[in-house]
Amino acid sequence: MEKFTPVTRNEDGQPVRYLIVDDSVFARKNLARMIETFGGQVIGEAGDGISAISEYARLTPDIVLMDITMPHMEGIEAAEKIVREHPGARIVMVSSVGYQENIVAALQRGARHFVQKPVKPEVLYEVIKYVLRDEGTTARGAGAGV
Amino acid sequence: MRMDLIQPFINSADAVLAQALASPIAVENLSMDEEAYRRKGIAAEVCLVGEIEGRIIFDVDLGQALQLASRLAGVEVSETDEELVREAVCELANQIIGNAVTTLNDQGFHFHVRPPKLHTSEQGSRSSEDTEALVMGFSSSSGNVFMNVALRYRSEVAEGSAVAG
Repeated sequence: MEKFTPVTRNEDGQPVRYLIVDDSVFARKNLARMIETFGGQVIGEAGDGISAISEYARLTPDIVLMDITMPHMEGIEAAEKIVREHPGARIVMVSSVGYQENIVAALQRGARHFVQKPVKPEVLYEVIKYVLRDEGTTARGAGAGV
Repeated sequence: MRMDLIQPFINSADAVLAQALASPIAVENLSMDEEAYRRKGIAAEVCLVGEIEGRIIFDVDLGQALQLASRLAGVEVSETDEELVREAVCELANQIIGNAVTTLNDQGFHFHVRPPKLHTSEQGSRSSEDTEALVMGFSSSSGNVFMNVALRYRSEVAEGSAVAG
């Protein structure tokens, strides 16, 4: 997999910390591999919306990658609840179901962006840089980033 | 069965499989399935509810499933990694069906997709007059993928949502 210029937090130069939420173990592994190539650190995983809420509160990640179609509680509802409790939460919806109505609903409820599956690493990388721009992140070094 | 409901599934499978395998995919003949569904390999089922209702079974022969899992995982996956292979098939079903659902929703059909479930029984329900099953096959150099699509358009739901909306 392609290597990207690492994205780090300006405040302490540490890797960006991610929470991955998807009911598919396979999808979570795939996203974790991509994050590794971005220089990020996966600090937690969840398989449904309910666990995502508790894991967010416990870990306070810099960014959440959240699937939409999941058992128990779907991603849009979970995103809304997380943002209500933590207004600074940065949530990117990552789903194969990307119709207009769904995207609008996710953004209205607090998600920052949407990436459609199958995920292209270069697309996710750009979205992450965009979503974290207010945080003051830096793409360091002279890697092969896009 | 309405072809305008089916075409997005063919397009989506073609695109997602070609990307996953990084090789061209041939769309084989389409046929109506009048008998009960018989599983061919590792299968995942996704149900739709709303204006379009029914189920889609995504069925992959073992050789192809191993190839897909290896490509997606970025490491060689063997037959002993059953869980990983099943997960790969479910995730691909999710991506293919999700992309088709996106197209149909953007065309104005309103319905909801449920998370994929592993389809473990050897046989499924027989198609009926209002839920005919269409079988489509896709082949690549490493094997075959089948989609068994049984959907119906529920005009009463569409009319209800139009009145409510």
